[in-house]
Amino acid sequence: MSRSVLVTGVARYLGARFARLLAQEPGVDRVVGVDVIAPPYDIGAAEFVRADIRNSMIGRIIEQTGVDTVVHMSVIATPVSAGGRTAQKEINVIGTMQLLAACQRATRLRRLVVKSTSAVYGSSPRDPAMFTETLVGKHPPRTGWGKDSAEVEEYVRGFSRRRPEVEVVTLRPANIVGPGIRTSMTDYFSLPVIPGVLGFDPRLQFLHEDDALEAIRRATLGDAQGVINVAGDGVIGLGQAAGFAGRPTVGLPPRLAGLMGSVYHRGGLADFSPDQVRYLRFGRCLDTTRMREQLGLEPAYTTREAFLDFVRTRGLRGPLSPEVVNAVERKVVNWLRPPGSARATRTAEAQPRPPFPDTP
Amino acid sequence: MSATDPDGIAAGQVRAGAARAAAERNRRHLNPLLSVPDEPPPAVPDAAIARPTVVPASSTASMVLSIAGQIGQSMLTAITEVPDEQSENKMEDEAPHPDDAPDRLLDLLEFLRTRLAGDYEMDEFGFDPAFADAVPLSLLRPLYKNWFRVEVRGAENIPATGGALIVANHSGAIPVDALMTAVAVREERERHLRILGGDLVFQTPVLSTLARRAGATLAANPDAERLLSSGELVGVWPEGYKGIGKPFSERYKLQRFGRGGFVSAALRTGVPIVPCSIVGAEEIYPIIANVPALARLLGLPYLPVTPFFPLLGPLGAVPLPSKWLIEFGPPILPEAAGPQAADDPILVFDLTDRVRQTIQQTLYSLLVQRRSVFF
Repeated sequence: MSRSVLVTGVARYLGARFARLLAQEPGVDRVVGVDVIAPPYDIGAAEFVRADIRNSMIGRIIEQTGVDTVVHMSVIATPVSAGGRTAQKEINVIGTMQLLAACQRATRLRRLVVKSTSAVYGSSPRDPAMFTETLVGKHPPRTGWGKDSAEVEEYVRGFSRRRPEVEVVTLRPANIVGPGIRTSMTDYFSLPVIPGVLGFDPRLQFLHEDDALEAIRRATLGDAQGVINVAGDGVIGLGQAAGFAGRPTVGLPPRLAGLMGSVYHRGGLADFSPDQVRYLRFGRCLDTTRMREQLGLEPAYTTREAFLDFVRTRGLRGPLSPEVVNAVERKVVNWLRPPGSARATRTAEAQPRPPFPDTP
Repeated sequence: MSATDPDGIAAGQVRAGAARAAAERNRRHLNPLLSVPDEPPPAVPDAAIARPTVVPASSTASMVLSIAGQIGQSMLTAITEVPDEQSENKMEDEAPHPDDAPDRLLDLLEFLRTRLAGDYEMDEFGFDPAFADAVPLSLLRPLYKNWFRVEVRGAENIPATGGALIVANHSGAIPVDALMTAVAVREERERHLRILGGDLVFQTPVLSTLARRAGATLAANPDAERLLSSGELVGVWPEGYKGIGKPFSERYKLQRFGRGGFVSAALRTGVPIVPCSIVGAEEIYPIIANVPALARLLGLPYLPVTPFFPLLGPLGAVPLPSKWLIEFGPPILPEAAGPQAADDPILVFDLTDRVRQTIQQTLYSLLVQRRSVFF
């Protein structure tokens, strides 16, 4: 059976890449991409339809194209890319409501895929170290993207009750990084000095953009159902990540960190809601058992490899890059133990050390 | 504070105590600073100290000095103890050379390099074994060996491999007992104890990061079950704040054992429960009063007042050097019950009581065996 798929949010990086990828799939004969602006990226063989999901236009498009699958990827993470918080909330919440209303009428619809976020769990010191899909965070997000996503998931659950024969998959990916994607996290790690919260070195988890696309592809074409966490294996500390990017970190008191978040936000440097500041304080980690069992996805990149790939492809270097640290260490060792002495030979064997020992 | 003590008997007792402590340290050859035994300085007991059993200030000061000296040393040692197979192989190949001794300075540099360059691994709980060995465990070891002189019994009851849940009594105002148990497990069985801590730990700056790097995680069933099913050795103090913040008058009386969550975690994962009784931790900070109003203001579960804290300020925060006994009892094996037993509240309550009774009885017998609080 050949499929026809509608993808929302194709004007953005991940949406465009996904539409292009999906159009090349042998089992898919039609991909309709929807967004309010023409995609600045190549969407390949996918058709583009200019439409705003916030009004009923989307219902007519779904009806006319007769799609059997809808992939909802236009929940926007940052107010900056939406043109303000009001617009962001409207696109995220009202857009989803309109889309789901249209889906409810679409008789040929068989499958709905929603890209949510792991931010719906929030971050708190009273949460277990790893979130399974059934756990509810002790401190759910109260602002911005996280809150919008939690509301989107709520509407999706409502839709699922009203149309039980439609298979629904909700993906909760960790922070996506990679060579091309731009998110508040990638902006954050591109800052010259990385502000953290004093005394906290949270556990961060990343997902490589290629793995994210593969997860959405499997969710679209496979038969998985329900909520699924998606993340690269393992965790890295914030300090560790800053070290990879060669950036020094500065610890701010929690209150000041919240303030800095809004300053960065106003300055357009990086986008930080109070929930993201909480994330930088308490961290978060996802259990990915369902990802393996239901989606059958083995991420190609671990959290560490995904981040290192991001650092390498973006050319992030700084005064504390691993190469610099290693070179300084070698100099200090040579100075302390001049070459030729018995002790120096032992250390010499371990050299040279590759800057990124586990880059794939 | 130079008032001469009219009570000659008390002064004599104190002096004798100091001499015994010095002799004990020399016997153990643990401290190079004290290897040349000096005449114990004449102890002038502080007039404020009423209890004759309290170790005199002079002895305390020398202990503090010796511990400070050891911390630096043992930290370097611990860093060199980080698995270093390459150097071991080299030792076999080459003829012994005086310079072949592990180069501590270089190892310290290497450690700093890995931390700065981010060249280390941590698990999903934030546990970094190399860091745990190099920093917290080596900082605590002098306290374990010289200050509390911890004596461990029944270490063979801790399984050498596989998951197990160590359940212990809790006391002492701050959870020093959990840290000492972790050192005991590391020393005796060469395993890392994964401590389950209260949420207060994970919302405190610095402490939260240190705790996670050292292998601790939140005392919640999902975390406990995840660790146990992956074969880790988990330590839990089910009395929680009730046990640790109880007044000195209630020492060695076990409080309610939570809601039995630890038993259901062990039942679900089919791991043995190792009861652990800790004697000595009650006396490190004898809580004589609590200030609930101030505690609430500061967001703490209790605010202890000891004879020395907050009276003596930071000096009052030095734990009293009580002599510790830690006994690990024979494992209680709930695996016969099967994982579905975790949903049977009667069975869970019964097992909780059994563990609690075992620990309480062991505590009483250890207290009888103990010669004195400090020796």
